Amino acid sequence: MERDTHFILGVYDDEDVLLHAVEKVRGSGVKIHEVYSPYPVHGLEHVLGYKRSRLPIAAFLFGMLGTSLALTMQFYMMRFDWPMIIGGKDYAAFPDFIPVSFEMTVLLAAFGMVGVFMISSNLKPWAQPRIFDLRATDDKHIMAIDIANNSSLEVEKIKEILKSSGATEINKKSFE
Amino acid sequence: MAHHGEHHYNLEQRFDFTAATKKSIMTVLVIGAILLGIGIVLAMTGGGHEEAGEAGGHAFHWYERLYANLWINNVFFTGIAIVGVFFFAIQFAAQAGWSAPLIRVMLSFGNWLPIAAVLMIGTFFLANHDLFHWTHSYLFDKNDPQYDSIIDGKGAFFYWPMEKGTFPVFYVARMIIFFGFWVFFFNKFKKISDQEDQLGGTSHWFKMRSWAAYFLVFFAVSSSISAWDWVMSIDTHWFSTLFGWYVFASWFVSGLSAITLLTIFLKGRGYLEMINQNHIHDLGKFVFGFSIFWTYLWFSQFLLIYYANIPEETVYFVERLTSDVYGPFIFVNIGLNFFLPFLVLMTRDAKRHGIFLKLVCSILLVGHWIDFFLMVQPGTLGHNGGIGFMEVGMFLVYGSAVALVVLSGLAKKNLIAKNHPMLVESYNHHI
Repeated sequence: MERDTHFILGVYDDEDVLLHAVEKVRGSGVKIHEVYSPYPVHGLEHVLGYKRSRLPIAAFLFGMLGTSLALTMQFYMMRFDWPMIIGGKDYAAFPDFIPVSFEMTVLLAAFGMVGVFMISSNLKPWAQPRIFDLRATDDKHIMAIDIANNSSLEVEKIKEILKSSGATEINKKSFE
Repeated sequence: MAHHGEHHYNLEQRFDFTAATKKSIMTVLVIGAILLGIGIVLAMTGGGHEEAGEAGGHAFHWYERLYANLWINNVFFTGIAIVGVFFFAIQFAAQAGWSAPLIRVMLSFGNWLPIAAVLMIGTFFLANHDLFHWTHSYLFDKNDPQYDSIIDGKGAFFYWPMEKGTFPVFYVARMIIFFGFWVFFFNKFKKISDQEDQLGGTSHWFKMRSWAAYFLVFFAVSSSISAWDWVMSIDTHWFSTLFGWYVFASWFVSGLSAITLLTIFLKGRGYLEMINQNHIHDLGKFVFGFSIFWTYLWFSQFLLIYYANIPEETVYFVERLTSDVYGPFIFVNIGLNFFLPFLVLMTRDAKRHGIFLKLVCSILLVGHWIDFFLMVQPGTLGHNGGIGFMEVGMFLVYGSAVALVVLSGLAKKNLIAKNHPMLVESYNHHI
């Protein structure tokens, strides 16, 4: 795992320029590692060619888990563990269980979704994030290109493509 | 996408209400009328005799079922009409940009309101005792054996300032005031929108926003009270504090379904070329979301009554759930209005493709009609009700009449508010 990774960074001032640049850079056969921007740029994930997130599937599964747990819990409690007659109903009166089941569905779906998102986006508390350029949290858009992923292209050639796509600066960044 | 290119859409387009379209709607109307006729004949010659001598001494007449049907459709289609105006007003109050090319589609449903007003007031005076138990004067006479202290306590809500049991001044006045103001606001919106077409600029948009806010305040109150008046007062003893919201939710889902269907219909005819999947997706989200909202209210009302188990409250559901006639429809109601839209419209793709929305919205219109059927018929007809030729026929007659009125209204003016300041925002709508 401990091998150096080297990146070329294109710095862009303007989101419109960035969007066209992403199309152009990808069109020239360069594989983009990631684009960092200070705010969500509308349409960026589209030009980067990202597939649709599969997070809703996780949400659905966790939601179903919540529903099942809630129903099992209430049914066990009300029917076997400590049967009680409430409002003259049967021990296991299904309509009474719906509010709690609903809440558990929402709770587990939300927690599950946040958890899955954090793990899949490398936002784990113990993760060491790679800071490409601090200005990506302020006023610049940073396009990172992994040199190892683009071995078919000369580094100078990639720099040229970035320059012509409207990058105001081109930097190199290495991580250990 | 952020590519703000030039757009060349035809903003002068006008819906052409062709003879062929008119003819197909008329065919449905005629089929409905025939079914209605068959239903009336069956009701006149058929059942009902044997129950004539039952306890309570109230003989059942065939025309009561006709009145109940008129009332269901009056309430249901008035709801669709006013929700068209309501959703239009929401767009302005919320300063929405995505919907700018669709605002006249929404507003066109308001064309039914004047006719709905006449039908509603006419049916009330025609049906009177046969629909509304509280219209009997003996209920308020302390010397009468049938004196009813509960209804007497509520009497002022219908009869003020007159004596209880005479003429329901307050009730009729409310009906006239609500329809009067609804029609007034509808005409106001239409007028401002027409002026904007001619003069342009942003001042009309600001003016519309103010009037939309006034309307929304009025609608918030009037929609709730009209639900008590027109629907809840049928079961005079019973009450539910969220009933106004419940009826509104049913109206809103029906109205949104109708707006979505009309949009998809127009798009299929080649109009509204600036409306793309993103706009359809938004409409689909509204239908999906408010179907769940309706379920939430339906269930909240049910659960509290079920849980508390107080006889004067549970009577509403006991009357329905234990009935051979209405019992199954409770589950049909939940199935069509909750499980179907919830499961079918859950995915993103289903909301972006017209075919799913067309299917779900059509079924929702029937589903919410059944909801109103379940609110009106048990209290008016008891076990003499049900869904037969008369119900299907009357629904088709009303539905096609509404379609004729709405589409003729739509054809009168440009389909798109061409000077709406947010049209460009709408072209670039992307979700």
